[in-house]
Amino acid sequence: MSDFWADVKQIASEVVAPFKGLATVGSKLTERKTVISYPEYRRPMGVRARWQHVLNRYDNGLEKCIGCSLCAGACPANAILVVAAENTDKARYSPGERFAVRYEINMIRCIYCGFCAEACPTGAIELKDNFELAEDSRKSLIYTKEMLLVPDPNRERVD
Amino acid sequence: MNYQWWEYLFTLPGNQIPWWAEVVRSVIRLLIGVAGALGSVPILVWLERRLLGLLQGRLGPNRVGPFGLLQPVADALKLFMKEDITPTNVDKTLYYLAPAVALAPIVMSVTVLPWNASRDWGAVAPGLDIGILFLLGVASIEVYGVILAGWSSNNKYSLLGGLRASSQVISYELGMGLSIIAVLLMSGTLGTQAIVLGHDPAQPSGYFQAGTTLTNGQGILHYVPVNGVLSSGNIPAAVPVHDALSGFWHWNVLKLFPFGLIAAVIYMISMIAETNRAPFDLPEAETELVAGFHTEYSSFKFAMFFMGEYANMLIVSAICVTLFFGGWLAPWGGLSQLPYSEALASSFGGGVGLFIVNLINYCVIAPFWFVTKLYTLISFFILVRASFPRLRYDMLMRFGWKGMLPVALVNLVLIAVSLAVQQTVRERWAKETTDDPTLAAWWLGQLTAWAIGGIILGVLFLNIYRDYRNRRAATATDPLAIVPIRRDTVVRPMDPATLPE
Repeated sequence: MSDFWADVKQIASEVVAPFKGLATVGSKLTERKTVISYPEYRRPMGVRARWQHVLNRYDNGLEKCIGCSLCAGACPANAILVVAAENTDKARYSPGERFAVRYEINMIRCIYCGFCAEACPTGAIELKDNFELAEDSRKSLIYTKEMLLVPDPNRERVD
Repeated sequence: MNYQWWEYLFTLPGNQIPWWAEVVRSVIRLLIGVAGALGSVPILVWLERRLLGLLQGRLGPNRVGPFGLLQPVADALKLFMKEDITPTNVDKTLYYLAPAVALAPIVMSVTVLPWNASRDWGAVAPGLDIGILFLLGVASIEVYGVILAGWSSNNKYSLLGGLRASSQVISYELGMGLSIIAVLLMSGTLGTQAIVLGHDPAQPSGYFQAGTTLTNGQGILHYVPVNGVLSSGNIPAAVPVHDALSGFWHWNVLKLFPFGLIAAVIYMISMIAETNRAPFDLPEAETELVAGFHTEYSSFKFAMFFMGEYANMLIVSAICVTLFFGGWLAPWGGLSQLPYSEALASSFGGGVGLFIVNLINYCVIAPFWFVTKLYTLISFFILVRASFPRLRYDMLMRFGWKGMLPVALVNLVLIAVSLAVQQTVRERWAKETTDDPTLAAWWLGQLTAWAIGGIILGVLFLNIYRDYRNRRAATATDPLAIVPIRRDTVVRPMDPATLPE
């Protein structure tokens, strides 16, 4: 007889199961959502995140990049173009003899491996946490030196 | 009598207006109906996406406009901007015809759904007294669109989707039709307005029907705001509420308890199957059939299917509300109208007072209740979609033919038994006593039906119990015996004697 009632209980539980399911899902309606509304709220990026490159400066405003092209050589995707030129006393960009007159990274080719940063002898290039790299055309995804260089701390911005 | 043009178009009763006014009225009603059906689609899309998101622990679309309300507009714009592709090997005629065939009957079936008490303005075709027959006939055409789309696309997935849709709709229309017949038995009429009111508005019943016109001696016409008895004079003052309007316990869902409820549940399940929504969305099961019957459709033609699907969901919910949940009636009689008084009427100013009260009763309060019930029901279906996984195809068929159909049939028979007993008892006792035998007849009829239903339920339970006992006995030796997919496939080892050397 105990078997009989166990079966009755089992059948009853199978009958109410769909309604239990409805109640469970329905209770989600007012539950606090774990969604983070992205453009307004962002999750903190990891300290070693490797996204868009930046070209650093020294504290006195000179560029760290000396145009040695080691980054371009280390790049497995061949995404970096460096054209170097001589520093003169009138136009001095970096502390060494040469500086990068053109520095371009093709962000579509780049695989964000960070080899360029490892190869750099002066720590000029670094991968930082700006990951919003979407553009409408391929051309605008070739980032130039002006876009990569951090602003000069000794100059006021005029924009 | 000289009437103003607006009296011809809006206020005079239907039998006192010339034909051109009736034509204009029909067009206006038709526009209201079509705008209501197709205009609700964006709201429905928004509601579904938002509610589904909330139920799944997300937020849903909330970017375009306040609360994402403009998201359907963005969706529609995206759809219409897309390239309209016609694959090379499709059957062109049927391919172009299919979306229209899927959409048109849905818009047609809006014509008989009443949204207020008015005899002239209550629906697109308020006087159509074969309303339910019309609905059944028209609603079945919709599946032709799906089948034609599946056939003409010349694509195996489309064809499979179309086949599934046809067999599914045929299977579930049986249960649906039987539950609708149950309502017809209970209310004794085919007219939708009459089903809502619980009686035929065309029959004189000792009450003044809503929409009846009265003159007050100076030739000024008035409407009776809701069905009721006139208490004094020729101005409909202090109108008591007809008991059909007095509360939710008169709705068909609670009539002949629990048979009305069973019919309502069966209707609601078959209605989800009929609209091909989850958990019965096999015709467009993404995981199996790409997109089912509309795989080859893009841009505007796909938008028509999409619109048809959502409008269909709206229409079947509206039918459900009309049949089982009292249509435009308020859940409590007092809520279905403004409390009528001379002071209220005159506060709107002179002769138009009653007209304005009627206007609010007809155009605001009654549609408000209708829409509230409609969207509550639709929200429930969205909850169902969020909760249940899609059925396997054989489970779908088994549920339709072995579950819904017998239950609906037995339910119908029990309703018929109850009503027959009630009628017999009433007629018998009407000869013998002067007391009103309605209540006693109701109890006798219901007890008879309950007894038969109880016996059937008991047999059913014993059957299920036996199945359980057998399964438990089977699992005692082989734990895999209860896995249903293995239950029917039996592998017989070959007899070694028959094997070749």
